[in-house]
Amino acid sequence: MPIPLVKPGAVIDGYTTGECVHAGGMATLWTVKHAGIDVPLLMKIPRASEGEDPAAIVSFEMEMMILPRLTGPHVPHCYGTGDFAHQAYAVIERIPGTTLYKRLPDLPLPYDEVRLLVAKIAAALADLHRQNVIHHDIKPSSIMFRESGDAVLIDYGLSHHDHLPDLLQAEFRLPYGTAPYMAPERLLGVRDDPRSDLFSLGVLLYFFTTGERPFGEGETLRAMRRRLWRDPHPPRKLRADYPPWLQEVVLRCLEIEPVWRYPTAAQLAFDLAHPNQVKLTVRAERMKRDPLSVAWRRRFNPDVKPQGARSDLATQIAQSPIITVALDTAEGATELNEALRVTTERILATLPSARLACVNVLKLNRIAIDKTLDELGSNKHIDRLVALRHWATPLKLDESRLSVHVLEAVDPAAALLEFAEMNSVDHVIIGARQNSFRRTWLGSVSAKVAAEASCTVTVVRPPRMAADAANTDGGVVWG
Amino acid sequence: MLLAVFSDIHGNRQAFEACLKLARAKGAERFVMLGDFVGYGADPEWVVDTAMELVAQGAVAVRGNHDQALNSSSETMNNEAQIAIEWTRGRLDAAQRRFLAELPMLVEDGDRLFVHSEASHPQRWHYIRSTADAAKSLISTPAHVTFCGHIHRPALYSMSVTAKMTGLVPKTDVSVPLLRGRQWLAVLGAVGQPRDGDPSAAFVLFDTISCQITYCRAPYDVASAANRIRENGLPHWLADRLSEGR
Repeated sequence: MPIPLVKPGAVIDGYTTGECVHAGGMATLWTVKHAGIDVPLLMKIPRASEGEDPAAIVSFEMEMMILPRLTGPHVPHCYGTGDFAHQAYAVIERIPGTTLYKRLPDLPLPYDEVRLLVAKIAAALADLHRQNVIHHDIKPSSIMFRESGDAVLIDYGLSHHDHLPDLLQAEFRLPYGTAPYMAPERLLGVRDDPRSDLFSLGVLLYFFTTGERPFGEGETLRAMRRRLWRDPHPPRKLRADYPPWLQEVVLRCLEIEPVWRYPTAAQLAFDLAHPNQVKLTVRAERMKRDPLSVAWRRRFNPDVKPQGARSDLATQIAQSPIITVALDTAEGATELNEALRVTTERILATLPSARLACVNVLKLNRIAIDKTLDELGSNKHIDRLVALRHWATPLKLDESRLSVHVLEAVDPAAALLEFAEMNSVDHVIIGARQNSFRRTWLGSVSAKVAAEASCTVTVVRPPRMAADAANTDGGVVWG
Repeated sequence: MLLAVFSDIHGNRQAFEACLKLARAKGAERFVMLGDFVGYGADPEWVVDTAMELVAQGAVAVRGNHDQALNSSSETMNNEAQIAIEWTRGRLDAAQRRFLAELPMLVEDGDRLFVHSEASHPQRWHYIRSTADAAKSLISTPAHVTFCGHIHRPALYSMSVTAKMTGLVPKTDVSVPLLRGRQWLAVLGAVGQPRDGDPSAAFVLFDTISCQITYCRAPYDVASAANRIRENGLPHWLADRLSEGR
């Protein structure tokens, strides 16, 4: 397939090439201009002449199929593609700045800086997975940041799109990707599990907080296969001050079995946003690797090989939503809270990997200075956290699936909407009390949340009852 | 230009009507029919008349094994198919039978190939069940995209320049770019007797400019089509399977 050599000043489908800004093994990157498009543009041109690595062609074909259908702030916007019949190229927006690769000399970074960094990458991954794409090459050089702070994932040459032919699946007998970051199931040919990306992000999290790669830099298949049975050194062994919650998160991402990792990138982002709510398990305490006997059992027991996904990407994500229930802890809300629990229980029953965030809004006075302590001197904030946990106890949820939050705000509806947005909540369950004086007076919180939330909202009412009974209620926050 | 491609209509008027309506609503400008106009369903006259009209207006049609069996007793078929074909033979007039008998086995249209079963030996009516079957068909033609039916289950295969194969069960209403530089085999689900567990009628849309293919489903009045089969004394299983899509 003869491919004309691109030179500066060449015109391809209306794009005028400028300078070559990058010449990699698979492709070259050129600045380009096009009349009518006034954002900085890059043209990616694959190395695809006779005798080149067929991987360059196939991975470019994948990018040409995937890039044009991606949307949102976490991907580079694609302006056009040209195919191999003429001149293969993809024109994408040029994102200013550099990739995370430039930070490598600064490692390890402060824990909190990495926490915020990785939370943003996890949010970007959640958005990508929602678009039915698994990235499969998450590593520092695939990640950039916009001025807004949003992470942008670049390079889709190894990606899998659940609705498109997976050209790479057939092309290579050996797994193709970046060895230190590759999930163990990839070594077994599994390409349709989004949790492979969470493993790679776990490698990045480990590397950025310890300065060491958890599985070394081994590029040989033999070295790579070790991760199928050998767990990494716990980060606390490398850094004595490593926070237990962070080790919990890292080691959960690096689980050999995908099913033991976070079910979704959104749930990982949630834990990184709320480190004090991370449920600590034995992972957090670990000071050394599994004993050799355990590792050898994994190695020689074929039953413990990681399993791939058993359903399509959209189904997997839909089974692991973040659900928020908004609760009023005040006196007189018993019936409504009971109804909320029944509804929540029904929803959770069908979703074994959903996680539940119970939220209460501590309403601040608009003018008066707030007293954190109530008349009896107890701390309102803590009281409400206790009340939320008490409400959730009958649900018998594993601690890793439950979190409680008290938001302090003047406007409860706005606070709930913001919480849902910030935490990529998939479903809000909220109570509404009918015939409430305060609802008439203040406007309905549930109505505002239902109208303005960008996710599903279920509005729950207590069972039908005599109108007078409903009128005698005292303080009602939701309604 | 937007092509609408239909296969395995099998005398199912309700299903074909629903597909034509949906394809026109989606902007289809040209129609292609990949054979098996008759057999199984109870409205072969209407289906063949409609196909003849469409062909007169420029549509493409090729021959299927059921269309061939109508005019030759040498085709081997299972019992139910045989009963349906014999019943159909008595329903069609000479002009309708001549139309089916004169259909070409395959049609090449630019860099596209239309055939009922597969491209390597169209007259042998082999099914595309695997990537290996797909490879045999793709190797035998230089066409960029081959469209076929026959198996009643949608699939999309591709072969790279180094003869590496990929297969996909296409998702309804998601357009897939059929990249240049590799060959594609689009296997269509059936209009008149789907067998992939979804009872709605299957067809595809193909944009000849952007090379995007979209697998579509048209829900239709299955109960009426099934009743017509029962009313006409055809085997009941032919009616029952329509509601199950198998």
